[in-house]
Amino acid sequence: MTFALPIAPEQALLFSMLIPLIGFFGIMMFSKSPNAREGVILTGAVITFALVLTVFQAVAAGERPSVTLFEVLPGLSISFTAEPLGALFAVIASGLFIVNSVYAIGYMRGNKEQHQTRFYMCFAIAISAALGIAFAGNLLTFFTFYEVLTLSTFPLVTHKRDDKARAGGRIYLGILIGTSIGLLLPAIIWTYVMTGTTDFVLGGILGDAADMRGWVPVILLGLYLFGIGKAALMPIHPWLPNAMVAPTPVSAFLHAVAVVKAGVFGVLKISIYIFGIDYLSESGITDLFLWIAGASILIASAIAMTQDNLKARLAYSTVSQLSYITLGAMLANRLGVIGGATQIAGHALGKMTLFMCAGAIYTAAHKSLISEMRGTGRSMPWTWTAYIIGACSIIGLPPMAGSWPKFYLMLGAVDRGTLFLLVVLIISSLMNIVYLLAPAVRAFMDPVPGASAPAAVPRIQEAPLLCLIPAWFTAMGTLILFFYMAPLVEFLSPLVGRAQ
Amino acid sequence: MNLADQLPVLPVIIPLIAAAIGILLPKGRIAWAWATVVSWVTFGVTLMLLEQVSLAETVIYDMGGWTAPLGISYRIDLIGAIVMTLVAGVAAFVFPYAKESVAKEIPHAQSGYFYAMMLVCFAGLMGVVATGDAFNVFVFLEISSLSTYALVAMGARADRRALTAAFTYLVLGTIGATFFVIGLGLLYQATGTLNMLDLHERLAGQDNKVVRAGFAFIVTGLGLKLAMFPLHRWLPDAYTYAPSAVTVFLASTATKVAVYAMLRFIFTVFGFTFAFMDVAFLLFILLGLTGMVVASLVAIFRNDVKQMLAFSSVAQVGYMLLGISFATVEGVSAAVMHVFNHALMKAALFMAVGVVFYAFGSHQMSAYRGLGKRMPFTAGCFIVAGLSLIGVPFTAGFISKYLLIEAAFSATLAVPSLLIVFMIVASSLLAVGYIGRVAYEMFLADPAPDAAPVPKIPLSLLIPLGLMTAANIYIGLDAEGMTGLARAGAETLMRTGLGFGGVE
Repeated sequence: MTFALPIAPEQALLFSMLIPLIGFFGIMMFSKSPNAREGVILTGAVITFALVLTVFQAVAAGERPSVTLFEVLPGLSISFTAEPLGALFAVIASGLFIVNSVYAIGYMRGNKEQHQTRFYMCFAIAISAALGIAFAGNLLTFFTFYEVLTLSTFPLVTHKRDDKARAGGRIYLGILIGTSIGLLLPAIIWTYVMTGTTDFVLGGILGDAADMRGWVPVILLGLYLFGIGKAALMPIHPWLPNAMVAPTPVSAFLHAVAVVKAGVFGVLKISIYIFGIDYLSESGITDLFLWIAGASILIASAIAMTQDNLKARLAYSTVSQLSYITLGAMLANRLGVIGGATQIAGHALGKMTLFMCAGAIYTAAHKSLISEMRGTGRSMPWTWTAYIIGACSIIGLPPMAGSWPKFYLMLGAVDRGTLFLLVVLIISSLMNIVYLLAPAVRAFMDPVPGASAPAAVPRIQEAPLLCLIPAWFTAMGTLILFFYMAPLVEFLSPLVGRAQ
Repeated sequence: MNLADQLPVLPVIIPLIAAAIGILLPKGRIAWAWATVVSWVTFGVTLMLLEQVSLAETVIYDMGGWTAPLGISYRIDLIGAIVMTLVAGVAAFVFPYAKESVAKEIPHAQSGYFYAMMLVCFAGLMGVVATGDAFNVFVFLEISSLSTYALVAMGARADRRALTAAFTYLVLGTIGATFFVIGLGLLYQATGTLNMLDLHERLAGQDNKVVRAGFAFIVTGLGLKLAMFPLHRWLPDAYTYAPSAVTVFLASTATKVAVYAMLRFIFTVFGFTFAFMDVAFLLFILLGLTGMVVASLVAIFRNDVKQMLAFSSVAQVGYMLLGISFATVEGVSAAVMHVFNHALMKAALFMAVGVVFYAFGSHQMSAYRGLGKRMPFTAGCFIVAGLSLIGVPFTAGFISKYLLIEAAFSATLAVPSLLIVFMIVASSLLAVGYIGRVAYEMFLADPAPDAAPVPKIPLSLLIPLGLMTAANIYIGLDAEGMTGLARAGAETLMRTGLGFGGVE
C-alpha cells in the first residue's frame, strides 16, 4: 500500500471526519432522487477512505499528525492525534463502510424499506463519529464522539418503527447511554482529578498518580471496562442482541464496521494510553478482569448455541469474540495487545461476511430462523460458501485472518503464565465450530422441507448482486489478510515498544 | 454626582421606580415597551457593575451616605454581581418574549399590572443580592415573593388551578419568610446588629442555643424559598400554572437568588468557625442527594411537560446545595456555575414550553407528538437545552456537572466521594429519562392525524428562545471566562468565611 493523497496528514485527518458531514447534507438534498443520493453516499465513502489511508501512511512512516480544535477549559480540549491503533481502526471502519454502503443500497432496495434518506443520513453521522473516536487525542474527545455514535445509530436500530424495534431501541440506548454517563464519565473525571490531564499518552498517565493505591485502580479499571458498554463485556451485553431488530446493514455496521469496534478499540486504547501496559502488568490489577473476560467468552458462546435466529446467534458470537479483545488488553503484554488489535481487524472482516450473508438469505428467501434454512444451501450456494469462509475465520482456522489473533492471544496467555485462559480459548473455538458451522451444514445437507423429490435440483435463487458481492469481498479479505499479517504487526509494534 | 459611584444601587432602584411609573402608563403595548426598555437599561447597568466588581473584588455602597451600623449598606461581591447580571440578563430576554405570550394568556385589562408586578419582582430579586443588611434581605425577599404570588395567580385565565397554586405558594412562602425573620430576630437579640459584616464579627466564637436556633430558622426559611427538598411542595404547581413568561423568569432567577442568599448567610454571616455548620453541611449533602434523585424520578412520570421541568428544577437545586455542602472553593464555584447554567437551560426549556403552549394551548405530552416535524425550530431548541440539562459535552450543563464531580472527587466528605459522584450521574441518567420521553414524542412518534394545524409563531417568541439556546452552547464551548469568574467569586466568599469580614 503506497497510496496517499497529496495533502498534509493533519488536513486529511480533519477532512476525513468532515466529508461524511458534507455527505450528510448531500444526502438530504438528493432525497428525491435515489440514484443521485446513493452516488453521493458512495463518493463520500470512497473519499473518506482515501483520506484515512493518507493518514494511515503518515502514521506508518512514523508521523503522529495532531490537531487541536479548541479548548473548553484548561486541560479539556477537543483534539485529535493519529497513532497506530487509531489509524488501524479508522482504516477498518472507513474501508468496511464502503462495502457496507454498497450492501446497504442493495439491501434497502431489495427489501423496499421506508425512510431511506434518513437512514443514510444517520449512517453518515455515525461514520464521522467513528473516525472521531479513532483519532481522539484525549478522553473528552473520545467520550464526545462515543456519545454521538450512540445517538446517531439509535434511529438506525429503530428503523422499522414497530413496537419490537422500539423496545429493542430503548434497551440499546438505555444501556449504552447509561453505562457511558454512569460509569465512563466519572472514570474520565476521576482520571482528570488524579492526573490533571485527559490526554492519551503512550505508556499511560495513571502509573505515576499518587492516589492510585488500594482498591482505586481496580475500581477505576472496572469503571472504564464496563463504562465502555460498546465493548459488550458481560453483563453489559444485552444491548447487542436487542439491536438485531435493525435491518441487516445496520447490524453489519454495529458488529463489524464501527460500534462494537469503537468499544473494544476504546478498551485497548485506555489500557495502552491511560493505564499503560507496563503499569497494568506490574500492578496485577487485571486478574479479576481476565476472569470476567474469560467467563464472558464462554457464557456468550454457550448462549449462542441455543439461539435459533441466525442474527441473534451471530450477536452472541460477537459478544464472545469481543471479549477476546478485552482479554488481550487485560493480558497486558506484547502478545496480548497485538492479539487484541489484530482481532479487531480479523473479527471485523469475518463477522461482516456472516452478517451480510444472513441479510442476503433474508432478502432472497425471507428466512431468519436457522431451522427454516434447511436446504437453502442448494438454492443459494454462493451465499453459503461465503458464510463458511467467514465462519472459519471467526473460528480461527488457517488460512483465514481470524486465526492469527487467536494464536497471539494463546501465546500471550502462556507468556503471562495463565494457562486456564489457554483452555478457555480452545473450548471457545470448539464451541464456535458447533454454532457457526452447524447452520451451513444443515443448509447444504438437510433435505428441503416439504420437497417430495429430494433428487430434484432446486433453482438457483441468489440474493441481489449488490448484497452478494460485498459478502464475497470481505470473505476474500479474510483470506488476504492472513498473508499480510506480518506488516500489520509491524505497523502496530510502536504500541508495545516499551512493554515486554 | 458620579454615576459610576451609584452603580451598586441603580439595578435595584431603576426597576422599582419604573414599576410605579408602569402602572400609570396605558395598558398593553406601551406598558410592555416600558418594561422592556427598563430591563435592558438595568442589564446594561449590571454589566458595568460586574466589570467594576471584577476589578475591585467587593463594592460597598452606603445608602444615603449613612455608614454601616446606622444605615443600610449595599455590599456586592463577585458572585453577587454574577447573579445580578444573570437576573437582569434573563429579564432582558423574558420581557421581549413576554409580549405575545402575555397577550395570549393574560386579560388585556391586567397587562399593565402584570408588567408592573414583573418589575417589582425584578427589583426585589436585585435587592436581595445587592444588600449587605440582613433585615434588608428579608424586605426584598418579601417584595419579590409577594409580587410572585400575584404573578402566579394571573395564570388563572388559562387554568383555574393557578389560584390554588398561588395560594399554596403564598402560605408556604409566608411560612418561609416568617422562619427567616424569626431567625433574624434571634440573631439580633444575640448580637444587636443586622449588618452582615457586623453580624459576622460578633457571631465569631459565639455558640449558644439562641444563635443555633437562629441559624436553624434562617436555613429552613431560605430552604423553603429555594425549594430545598423536601420543602419544595409549592414549586411544581406554581411553575406549572403560572403564565409562561412568569415561569421562565421565576425558574431561572427566583430560586437562584435564594441560593445566593443562602451562600451569603452561610459563608459571610456565620462562617466556618461556627460549630453548627458541619450539621448544616451534612444536611445539605443528604437533602441535596435525595432531592436530586427523588425529584428526577418524579419528573419521569409526569405527563405535563411544564410540571416535569418544574420537578427537574427541584432536582437541580440539589446540585447547587451539594456544591455548597462541600465547603471548598471548587464546590462553591461549581454551585455558582450551576446557578448560572441552570438559569440558561431552564429559561430556554420553559421558553420552548411557552411557544408550544402559545401554539396549541397545552403543555401535556400529547401536544408534543411529532413536534420535530411540525415545529422543528422549537423542538430543536428544546432538545439542545434538554441535552444541556442532562449534561452532554459542549453544553453549559456539562461544564457545571464536570466541575461538581471534580469538586466531589477532591473534597473530603462525610459521604464517600465516589458515592456522591454516582448519585450525580444517576440523577443525570434520570434526566435522560424524562428529556428522552419528550424527545421520543417529538421525533419518533408521528403526529396525530387530527392534530390542529400549527399557527404562525411570532418571531418575538422564537428569537429569545434561540438566543437562550445559543447561550447554552456558547458556555459549553467557551467556559473559561465564566468559570474563572465563578472561581474568583468563590475564593472571595470563602475568604470572608474564614476570616473576619474579609480581613484575615
